[in-house]
Amino acid sequence: MKTEWPLWEIFIRGQHGLSHRHVGSLHAPDAEMAIKNARDVYTRRNEGVSIWVVEAAAITASSPSDKGPMYEPSESKVYRHPSFYDIPDDVGAM
Amino acid sequence: MYAQMVKSTGTGVKSREEMSPEEAAFQARIDAGEKIEPKDWMPEGYRKTLIRQIGQHAHSEIVGQLPEGNWITRAPTLERKAILLAKVQDEAGHGLYLYCAAETLGVSRDEMTEMLLDGRMKYSSIFNYPTLTWADMGAVGWLVDGAAIMNQVPLQRTSFGPYSRAMIRVCKEESFHQRQGFDIMMKMAKGNAQQKAMAQDALNRFWYPALMMFGPSDKDSVHSAQSMAWRIKMNTNDELRQKFVDQTVPQAEFLGLSVPDENLKWNEEKGGYDFSEPDWEEFFEVIKGNGPCNTDRLAARNKAWDDGAWVREGLMAHAEKKRARKMAAE
Repeated sequence: MKTEWPLWEIFIRGQHGLSHRHVGSLHAPDAEMAIKNARDVYTRRNEGVSIWVVEAAAITASSPSDKGPMYEPSESKVYRHPSFYDIPDDVGAM
Repeated sequence: MYAQMVKSTGTGVKSREEMSPEEAAFQARIDAGEKIEPKDWMPEGYRKTLIRQIGQHAHSEIVGQLPEGNWITRAPTLERKAILLAKVQDEAGHGLYLYCAAETLGVSRDEMTEMLLDGRMKYSSIFNYPTLTWADMGAVGWLVDGAAIMNQVPLQRTSFGPYSRAMIRVCKEESFHQRQGFDIMMKMAKGNAQQKAMAQDALNRFWYPALMMFGPSDKDSVHSAQSMAWRIKMNTNDELRQKFVDQTVPQAEFLGLSVPDENLKWNEEKGGYDFSEPDWEEFFEVIKGNGPCNTDRLAARNKAWDDGAWVREGLMAHAEKKRARKMAAE
C-alpha cells in the first residue's frame, strides 16, 4: 500500500512577539502529528513559543509570472514613503 | 562532499548565443544574485541536477546517523550520551530540511527514499567507514562535520531559495557538531597513553576519507563548470580541500596528534600546506558500493523503512478514519 503522508507547511512564532514565520515543511498523517513533528524538527533550540501547521495543498500562492502586474504599480508611488516629503529641520522630529 | 560527484545534465556550459531566451534570462537572474524559487521557470537540467544534489545531501544526513548512532548506548558518561543523542537528532533534522527543499522541485519524499534504498541515489562516501572506538566519535565530529561545514557555509548563498534557506538552518546548528567532536578529541589526546593512542588511531583512519569528502580533483570533475555557473556549487573541490587542510593541521598540532601524511609541508609561496592526495581508487570503489560498510548501511536503512511500514500505514488509516468521523458529525 502506498501511503505517503501529506505535506504540512510549518509556521513558528519566536519569543519576541513577532508574527508566525514560515520555517519549512514536513510530512505527517494529521494536524496533531504535524505539530508534534514540527516541535522536534523546528524547535530543538528554543526557536519558538507557538506553532501553526497548514496542509500544503490548502495554500494558494501567487504566480511568479504575475510579478510585473502585481508589484510594479507600487514602484511609481514614491509618495507612499515618508522620505518623499521635505520637512524643514526647524520643525523638529517628525 | 555530502554531495559528491553530482552529475549535471546537458553538455557543458552553454554560451549566451546558444541559450534560448528563457535560459538567458534565467542565467542573468543567477548572475545578478537573485534567488530562484520553486515556481519560477528553470532549465530542466538545473532542476534535475539540484534534485540529485539536494537528495544526495539529505541521504547523507540520514545515513550519517548510523556510524554515530552506533555509539549512543556505549557513550562513556551520561552527559556524552545526551550530547551524542542531540547531535544525531540534529542530523535527522538536517535530512528533513533538505528533503523538503528537494520536494519543492517536484520529486516526492517516497521516490527519494526508494532511490536511496535501491542504490539509484548516493550518499557521501564517508559514511561507509566504520566507527570502531569512542575516539571515532571525536574524529567524526571534528573532521567529518568540519569538512561538511566547509562546503555548507558557501552553499548558504546558493541560487535556489529553498536550498539556501535549508543550508542557513543547517549551518546554525552544525558548529556545535564540530565543537563537540573536538572536545572529545581534546579529552582523549590529553588523557592517558592508551587514550591518546586511540585518538591518534581515529585521526589516522579518518584523515583520508575526510579529504575524499570534497570529491575528486577538479581536473577530473566533469560536472563542476555547469554547477558553478548555476551557483549550486560555489567552490571547486580542490579549493575546499585545501582550505580544510589549512584549517585542520594546526588543530591537530594543538591536540599533539600527527596527521598521517609524510608529505605534509607548509608551502610559504602558496600560503597553504602541500599534502598527499587520498587514494582515489579506493574512493571510486566506495562510491560503487564496495566500501567497508556500504552493505550494512543500506541494509539498516532498508530494514528501518520496511519495519516502519505498518506505522506509516496505520497512522494514515487512523487519520483518515478520524477525518471521516468528524465529517459525519458535522
